[in-house]
Amino acid sequence: MALEGLKFKQIYSPIHKIDPRVKFVISCIIFSVTLLYIELIPLILLFTIQVPLVYLAHVFKEWSRSIKGSLYLTIMIFFLNLIFGYFSSGYQITSNAITYAIATSVRFLTLVSSFSIFFLTTSPDDLGLALQRARLPYAFCFAFTTAVRFVPVLADEAQNIIDAQRSRGLELDRGSFLSRVRKYIPILIPLIVGAIRRSLEMAEAMESRAFGAKDVRTNLYELEMSGRDWMVLIISLFALLFSIYIRYYVTIPSFEIPIPI
Amino acid sequence: MIDVKDLYFKYPSGIEALRGLNLRIDDGEFVAIMGENGAGKTTLIKHLNGIFKPSKGDIYIDDVDTRDSTIAEISKKVGLVFQNPDHQLFSETVEEEVAFALKNFGYSEEVIDMRVTWALNLLNLESHRNESPFILSGGERKRVALAAILAWNPKVIVLDEPTIGQDYEQKERLRQLIIQLNSQGRTVIMVTHDVEFVADCEPRVVLMSKGKVIADGPALEILTDFEITNRASILVPQIPSLMDHLKDVCAIHKILNYHDAKNVLLEIARVGQRKS
Amino acid sequence: MSQIETIDLSYLYPGAEKSTLVDINLTIEEGEFVMLTGPSGCGKTTLCRCLNGLIPHFYGGKMGGGVNVCGIDVKSNPMSKLSQHVGYVFQNPDNQLFALTVERDVAFGLENLALPRKEIKNSIDWAMETVGISELRNASPNELSGGQKQLVAIACVLAMKPRILIMDEPTSNLDPMAAKRMFDIVKKLNEKFGMTVILVEHRLDLLSTFVNRVIVMAEGCIKIDGSPKIVLNSLESQILGIGIPKVIRLYQDIKREGFDIGGIPLTVEEFASSFRRRLQR
Repeated sequence: MALEGLKFKQIYSPIHKIDPRVKFVISCIIFSVTLLYIELIPLILLFTIQVPLVYLAHVFKEWSRSIKGSLYLTIMIFFLNLIFGYFSSGYQITSNAITYAIATSVRFLTLVSSFSIFFLTTSPDDLGLALQRARLPYAFCFAFTTAVRFVPVLADEAQNIIDAQRSRGLELDRGSFLSRVRKYIPILIPLIVGAIRRSLEMAEAMESRAFGAKDVRTNLYELEMSGRDWMVLIISLFALLFSIYIRYYVTIPSFEIPIPI
Repeated sequence: MIDVKDLYFKYPSGIEALRGLNLRIDDGEFVAIMGENGAGKTTLIKHLNGIFKPSKGDIYIDDVDTRDSTIAEISKKVGLVFQNPDHQLFSETVEEEVAFALKNFGYSEEVIDMRVTWALNLLNLESHRNESPFILSGGERKRVALAAILAWNPKVIVLDEPTIGQDYEQKERLRQLIIQLNSQGRTVIMVTHDVEFVADCEPRVVLMSKGKVIADGPALEILTDFEITNRASILVPQIPSLMDHLKDVCAIHKILNYHDAKNVLLEIARVGQRKS
Repeated sequence: MSQIETIDLSYLYPGAEKSTLVDINLTIEEGEFVMLTGPSGCGKTTLCRCLNGLIPHFYGGKMGGGVNVCGIDVKSNPMSKLSQHVGYVFQNPDNQLFALTVERDVAFGLENLALPRKEIKNSIDWAMETVGISELRNASPNELSGGQKQLVAIACVLAMKPRILIMDEPTSNLDPMAAKRMFDIVKKLNEKFGMTVILVEHRLDLLSTFVNRVIVMAEGCIKIDGSPKIVLNSLESQILGIGIPKVIRLYQDIKREGFDIGGIPLTVEEFASSFRRRLQR
């Protein structure tokens, strides 16, 4: 379910149109800026400025699903930090510790959010092209986009295998932990064998369409940075510099979180 | 006995595959479910052993609502043979593969041995008993998957596209096996788009289109009705098509069976010869 | 020289005990529409693989004799060269479409050949138009039906403008309507563009009108080779156990009873008109 928040959606929004490399840089910038701050106000601000971007990209439903999906982990991070703070400050919960725990959780959510926006607005094809531009070998980029292409196919196949084996009396939700793990063998083996068979068939088809004929191939579509892309990139870099400046030269109001006792 | 009452089913993606389907299949019947791609045939049969539960409406297997049973419980009565045998095969030997379901259902060692031998013999697989299922040919793997389902002798056997990838001889053998299984009292339901195969088997035909049943009757009635086959987007078998072309010389229209057609044509020919 | 020529071709898969192909001598001229059939395991797929280089380059094994396709020797030339002359459409619609959109899949082969972008664009537009799938240009392969996927596969291969098209049981996962649509396209490719077509199929009744030559294999050898009427009517076909269309069986059965309707019928219409004509005599 949370994985749905990462699946690309083909829409034509201004965010979608931005070059994937620029978007990747922006996601990294957002995350680096969160690392600069410990105060809650800038962190929450960083999270919330992404929301208008989400609306601009028309991906609110999917984005919120990924946020919801990571809430579990976020809460775990919160409590882990709290517990760590408890032990390291002499068995007491300080207001500092609570603030820190919240800050780390917000940082995590911001990370999830920014990369979710990235994956939701970038087609895997473009990602593959970006990887190629980054001089990764073509075979690797092809493997990447093909893997993305076949994820839904494999998911369907896994479901079919589960249905087929359950129809032979396999009960996956019964028994001890160990026996339950063993019960997945009749699911995994057909899945793996199927994946191997599939890759062999694909290799046949690829060879039959001249794969590897020439060392350098043409790409039907190429990534080109438009004027707008450069502008967005420059603005983002300025934003990063600005954040660094604020961090070191401007005091940010922080507040004490009252300890609920 | 299978009783489907006003069945609706919607996939999580929102697609409504079944829209008010009514169907009743008594014990011992032989039914072919046909219809174009997307008519909902596979969705329907996945309800028959409880893989899917209805969004609306009910299904009763021997008067028990499928919602009140697990897949394993229903599968004891309804054996579903999936289209792709490779979705099932995982064991080290054919013998283990065929025994898998029997082990799951908790039969004793002696019964398992007996049933495995019976199933292997029925499908001519005894010579492959100790081989790995993965090295067998496509047709042989299909037989192993079928044997694995027949092994526990369910009273209802559901086959999803059993003729795909089979050559002529394999189809003939399959046809004879199905008829044998049905004559021994088992209910046989097959989903197929192979009209010629259905014409040769002459079962009861249920035509589906867009999630509903649009026709239900003997093969002879349904497959000779051009209007209804057109609506269901299925191909008319050769014999009815031929008899339609010859309706000016032949008064009898509803012929599906090859031998009936041959006899009728010979009769017309002889009458013609006598006249001249 | 014939477009396709095999000379004493035999083949043994790696690790196999028995040869899958035994002394095949076959010539196919440009523009022929050949149906290759026979019981399971007879070697039809193996023979096809020898024609585009999958054998010996992909499968290894021992290839005896020689195969020449468009004047190129298969044994000594790489698949990248052979695949420019021979297009191969496989049985499974899913595993031959790799890209995330139809357009990119159709372009795949041409991209591999490093052709200029403009030429690629023109070729894929033409291929999609010819096959009739232009409106599916931006569709994801996961959204397509089996029949549509196979049409895309044909376009992918067609874009490379091969002279020969090999199709290995392309309709086995399709319903008869989709199969018919596919055969119509292939027939167009054969008639309008003069492409040589080699089609491996079991469903003889759907195809007998399109093809001009039927080759029946069994146990690694070619047993019968000739026009559809002669091959499907032959006694040997019956013995080999291939699915002879019902109209031909009817023709044979009533002829045996003394009523010869004339020419061998390949379709229901042919039978009907021959029967009617015979009655009127």
